[in-house]
Amino acid sequence: MSDARLSGPPAASRRRWSWTDPKLRSSVIQIVLALIMVWLVWSFYANATANLSRLGIASGFGFLDNRAGFAISQSLIPYNESMSYGRAFVVGLLNTLLVAFLGVILATLIGFVMGVARLSKNVVIKALASAYVEVTRNLPPLFQIMFWYLAVLSTLPGPRQSWGFGLQPLLGSIGSGLSAIGLGFLGNPLSGFAAGLSAPSVFVNNRGLVLPRPIFEDGSMAILYALVAAVVASVLIGLWAKKRREATGKPFPAFWTGLALIIVLPLAASYAVGNPVSIETPELRGFNFVGGVRVIPEFVSLLLALAIYTGGFIAEIVRSGILAVSKGQSEAAHSLGLRSGPTLRLVIIPQAMRVIVPPLTSQYLNLTKNSSLGVAVGYPDLFAVFAGTTLNQTGQAIEIIAVTMAVYLTISIVTSMIMGWYNKRVALVER
Amino acid sequence: MKRILFAAVGLLSLAGAVNAATLDEVKARGAVNCGVSQGLPGFSSPNDKNEWSGLDVDFCRAIAAAIFNDPTKVKFSPLSAKDRFTALTSGAIDVLSRNTTWTMSRDTTLGFNFAGVIYYDGQGFLVRKAVGLKSAKELQGASICVQTGTSNELNVSDFFRANNMKNGEVIAFGTIDETVKAYESGRCDVFTADRSQLAAVRLKLTNAADHVILPETISKEPLGPLVRHGDDQWSDLVKWVYFALLNAEELGITQKNVEEQVNSQNPDVKRLLGTDGKYGEGIGLTADWVVRIVKATGNYGEIYDRNVGPATPLGIDRGLNNLWTKGGIQYGMPVR
Repeated sequence: MSDARLSGPPAASRRRWSWTDPKLRSSVIQIVLALIMVWLVWSFYANATANLSRLGIASGFGFLDNRAGFAISQSLIPYNESMSYGRAFVVGLLNTLLVAFLGVILATLIGFVMGVARLSKNVVIKALASAYVEVTRNLPPLFQIMFWYLAVLSTLPGPRQSWGFGLQPLLGSIGSGLSAIGLGFLGNPLSGFAAGLSAPSVFVNNRGLVLPRPIFEDGSMAILYALVAAVVASVLIGLWAKKRREATGKPFPAFWTGLALIIVLPLAASYAVGNPVSIETPELRGFNFVGGVRVIPEFVSLLLALAIYTGGFIAEIVRSGILAVSKGQSEAAHSLGLRSGPTLRLVIIPQAMRVIVPPLTSQYLNLTKNSSLGVAVGYPDLFAVFAGTTLNQTGQAIEIIAVTMAVYLTISIVTSMIMGWYNKRVALVER
Repeated sequence: MKRILFAAVGLLSLAGAVNAATLDEVKARGAVNCGVSQGLPGFSSPNDKNEWSGLDVDFCRAIAAAIFNDPTKVKFSPLSAKDRFTALTSGAIDVLSRNTTWTMSRDTTLGFNFAGVIYYDGQGFLVRKAVGLKSAKELQGASICVQTGTSNELNVSDFFRANNMKNGEVIAFGTIDETVKAYESGRCDVFTADRSQLAAVRLKLTNAADHVILPETISKEPLGPLVRHGDDQWSDLVKWVYFALLNAEELGITQKNVEEQVNSQNPDVKRLLGTDGKYGEGIGLTADWVVRIVKATGNYGEIYDRNVGPATPLGIDRGLNNLWTKGGIQYGMPVR
């Protein structure tokens, strides 16, 4: 009786409200979870506003326009205490980005060198790299920051006993050294030349590293144009050299040509428009050096500690990436006649990058987040300036914590996106 | 990490349920939660047995004595200058007694009430003797260490601006220990803080005689205990514990003679000690609340002499902190 079977209720609709249907079950659970989340967020918001008004605490972002009133020891943009909290926020943000950006570059360099060194056949290099990795990975980053700040940088001499560096003492001592070993005909003119140069212009003391500052006067734009032209030319030469190598197999020293262009062109431009750049040399006046640029020890200790700490992790990631490339690859490269340098650079590393890049991203994120530890040595990063001092002075805890969270989240997401894009480029192309 | 913790706790409890009356909570808990410094001799510092002492500590003990008749029923929370306000807002502490300057923004927009001025102070500068400075006006171009989250951080910028002193550098550290360490290591030429704090810090330096406090006082720093907005009864209680300590000193009631003074016929003494009227009930306590306080901690003068007075290592004269009857400006409101 096929008709009766057809007229009966279909199997699917009979089971519509049954918990045994996995699809239905999971959507019910998801809806309930979403409702709980909405309720939690709403009650958080409602309670917070009720309690804030009960305590008579002001809320909103109006405070960003108020006068900050506190000084910040390092600022990439002009800042003084009569500017607003909003300005202080930007100063802190730029300081965080600066230390994170330089830290990532430095950590990557250290990590790659140490990771490769750990695989070296040279026993001493291998032992040194292993010791570096084990020591830096296993000490807390806060400890390392304090170590560089209190145990290393603070033992430097005070401003009056600064170590001065410059061409004059260097060339002068080489000259007198040459004279002393009987090469007076070489040494004497060198010493004479050195005496004509200016006194030391780079100083190191416990207040930081003091450098001369270039001052760009009228006509300096020509140098900038020359620099841009040189960079563009270098890129074009690089592309042309690659094309030619692929077509003919003939190599071309594109890197060195580009470097020479980037150095020579701006210098030539500067000479052509009559040297518009003057140098402001720092000089000791009163308590500290006046003039020039100063790199504060808080920044140096934080940067060193972050780069060296994260470098240890990157070294291990690099090592694992290289080991993941099968031995056959290097044997094949060797049998084609490639020496070990080009083998590493052209065959092993590009394949290792596929394994290295994803964990490398999380190390970059860690480094950026760890930069907030700088508050321990008085480095004025976003966390210290905004979530610290500004929060304390204004009491706007909810607004400030929310903004700080959003900023760190944005930095992390942008970093992840860039690294994701790069990962796609190096990923194995499957055909 | 404590910072993050406090910020998180602050957020959560701001978002939590509305608090009940603080005094009822304190009684139910059996202890007063009191926020103090992380170690400032004379004001609040722990010894090797983790027993706290100091001017700010004794004030919290006085509150505990008034409520529980037991000055040990206090739980002390050491807080950095930066964390202290979040801890109070969030309800982690009932009263903040941590050499905190009474300023208008703290009293209003931050949502606190100050109970009084337990110590009149002012900001000064600590420098190395070898530098040979006579005045703070000569600090042009100096590197200055300061603790972040303090009124000192703001005053020092204003002072330099007002005196047209440029090229200076202010480095702000998270805790007092980090600040002092940086000064000691030579990172800074100057350490600036309230003068009482400079005196205390100077004692902790390896060679105190090599350091000197400059004569200038660049600001008014009235330090006092504070409570959250929104609980007037608790605010009144803390305020009147302070006045009671002052009135006890003015009337000559001391830890030793308080038992005899209960029988005094002086009407002021009778009202203060609760043998005439029941003024203590106005703040939720019993009539003899001041007897309990003075028995436990002594009067204001005794607390001062014990912790910061001339006989202590700090050796600070009463000065402004003397009673109004003796040339100072400490003045207890009448119990009536």
